[in-house]
Amino acid sequence: MEAYLSGTGRLPAAFLKPGSSSFLEFLADHQPELLPGRRTLPAGVQPLEAPHGTTIVSATFDGGVVLAGDRRATMGNIIAQRDIEKVFPADEYSAVGIAGAAGLAVEMVRLFQLELEHYEKIEGTSLSLEGKANRLTTMIRGNLGMAMQGLAVVPMFAGYDLEQGRGRIFTYDVTGGRSEETGFATVGSGSLFAKGSLKKLYRSDLTAEGAATVAIQALYDAADDDSATGGPDLTRRIFPIVSVITEEGFRRLADAEVGELAEAVLGHRLSQPDGPQAPML
Amino acid sequence: MSTPFYVSPQQAMADRAEYARKGIARGRSVVVLTYADGIVFVAENTSRALHKVSEIYDRIAFAAVGRYNEFENLRIGGVRYADLRGYSYDRADVNARGLANVYAQTLGTIFSSTGEKPYEVELIVAEVGKNPGDDQIYRLTPDGSVVDEHSSVAVGGNAESIASYLDQRHEEGLSLPEALKLAVDSLARDPNGGAARTMTPDQLEVAVLDRGRWQQRKFKRLLGTQLARLLEGDASAATDDEAAPAAGEEAAPDAE
Repeated sequence: MEAYLSGTGRLPAAFLKPGSSSFLEFLADHQPELLPGRRTLPAGVQPLEAPHGTTIVSATFDGGVVLAGDRRATMGNIIAQRDIEKVFPADEYSAVGIAGAAGLAVEMVRLFQLELEHYEKIEGTSLSLEGKANRLTTMIRGNLGMAMQGLAVVPMFAGYDLEQGRGRIFTYDVTGGRSEETGFATVGSGSLFAKGSLKKLYRSDLTAEGAATVAIQALYDAADDDSATGGPDLTRRIFPIVSVITEEGFRRLADAEVGELAEAVLGHRLSQPDGPQAPML
Repeated sequence: MSTPFYVSPQQAMADRAEYARKGIARGRSVVVLTYADGIVFVAENTSRALHKVSEIYDRIAFAAVGRYNEFENLRIGGVRYADLRGYSYDRADVNARGLANVYAQTLGTIFSSTGEKPYEVELIVAEVGKNPGDDQIYRLTPDGSVVDEHSSVAVGGNAESIASYLDQRHEEGLSLPEALKLAVDSLARDPNGGAARTMTPDQLEVAVLDRGRWQQRKFKRLLGTQLARLLEGDASAATDDEAAPAAGEEAAPDAE
C-alpha cells in the first residue's frame, strides 16, 4: 500500500490528475508493472507450459445472448484443472469468456471488469457496448508480446446492447482484431467442432433456454472430438458455465439449472450419440 | 533592504482555516445518517449532473461540500486509490478508514504547505457494514483532521445547527422514509428561526449504501418517482427495483 503512496501518505499527483476515466491508462502511468501484458519474458526461452483454457461458445436469441464455456484447463497432455471458470460477468450487461493462457486471461478479465467499473464510477454513466468491446481490444493488443511466446489470450465478449435492444457477440484474434459475429460464435481449441455443431442447431427464433441448450450441445460436440475440452461431469456434478444476458442484466444459470439441461442432452445422446440430426435438405 | 513581514505561525494557520471555512460556509449542506438497512446521504443540489454524493467502492461512498473542482479531484483520487488497492490486494481489503486516512494526509499536507492554497472542502467518507454496529462515518475538514462520527453528521453552510437538530432527533433503527424525512426536515429548517422551506425531490440529491442489496456494490442513487414516493413515507418504494434473483438462482459471481 505505502509503496504507491510515495512516503508522505498523501495521494501522489497521478491520483489527482484530472482527465482520464480509464483505469488502464492510470495504471500504465502510475504502476505499469501491474499490467499483465507489460512483463517481459527472457528471450530465446522455449514456450512455457502453462494451463490453457479451451472452448467458449456464444449464441444470440430474441432478447439477449448466451455465453457458455466448458470447465477444463489443460497443460500439454495433463488436465490441469477440471472445474476452472472461464465465463465472467464484465459488468451488469455484458460477459466475457476466455480461451488461451488461463493465468494471464483471468488477470486480464479482472482488469477489464475493473476498467468498466472505474469508468462508470468516474463518469457516472456506462460505456456503450462498442466502447466496452474496444477497451478489450486495447488489452489484448497489450498482450501481443506474450502471445508471441506462446501465451496468447483470446477472449470472446457478449453483451446486451441497451440502445439497439439486442444481444451482440464480439470475437478477437491475438493481435486484438475485433469482429462482430451474427447469430453465434466459438473460440478455443474445440471451437471448430462447436462451430460445426452450432451451424446445424442454431435458429434465429430460439428462446433463452433453447439458446442455452444449443450451447451445451455445441460444448458436448467439442468435448467429443477435442481432448482439451471437458464434457459435463455427471459423477462430480461439474457442468459448463452458462450465462444469459438480457435487458434485465447478466445472470449466471445455477448449477442445478445447467445440470438439468445437460442431463436432457446426455439422455438423448444415449440413443443418438452424435446428437440431434438436421434435415438433409 | 526591506525586512520580511513577520506573521506568527498561529496567525497564518488561523487565517488559512478561516479562509477555508468561509468557502465551505457559502455552499448548501449535505447530511449523512444511518438507518436500519444502511446509510443515507441527502444533499441539497439542483444539478443532476454535478454530484455531491458519489460511489467510491463496494461499501464506501463519498459526500462533499465546498469548491466543486477541488472535491471532484479528491473523489477521482479516492476512486483510483480504492480500485488500485482492490486490484493489487482484494476487494475486501478496501475500507473507509484507509481512504479517510489518505484524504486526511492529502488535505493536511496541502493545508500546511505555504505554496498551496488550502482546499475549501469538507468531506464525508462512509462505509456500510454487515451489521448496523459496523457502519463507519468519517468527516474530514480542510486542515486534514478526521472526525469519527456516529449515526448522523452534517457538513456545509449551516452544519452546526443542522447537526444539533439531527443529534436531538436521530435514533437507531429508523426506516428509510423516516431517516429521509428527518434529513430533509433538517435541511429545510431556517437557522434564524423562520418558517421552514418546502423541498421538492428536484432540489435533492439522495443516495444510499444499502447493506440489503444482493449486488456487491451497495451504493444506489434514489431518483425520480422512487424518491418522491419515499419522501411521502411509502416504505415499499425502498425495494422497488431491487429485483433480487429468484430462489434457486445464483447471484452474479463476484466481479473482481
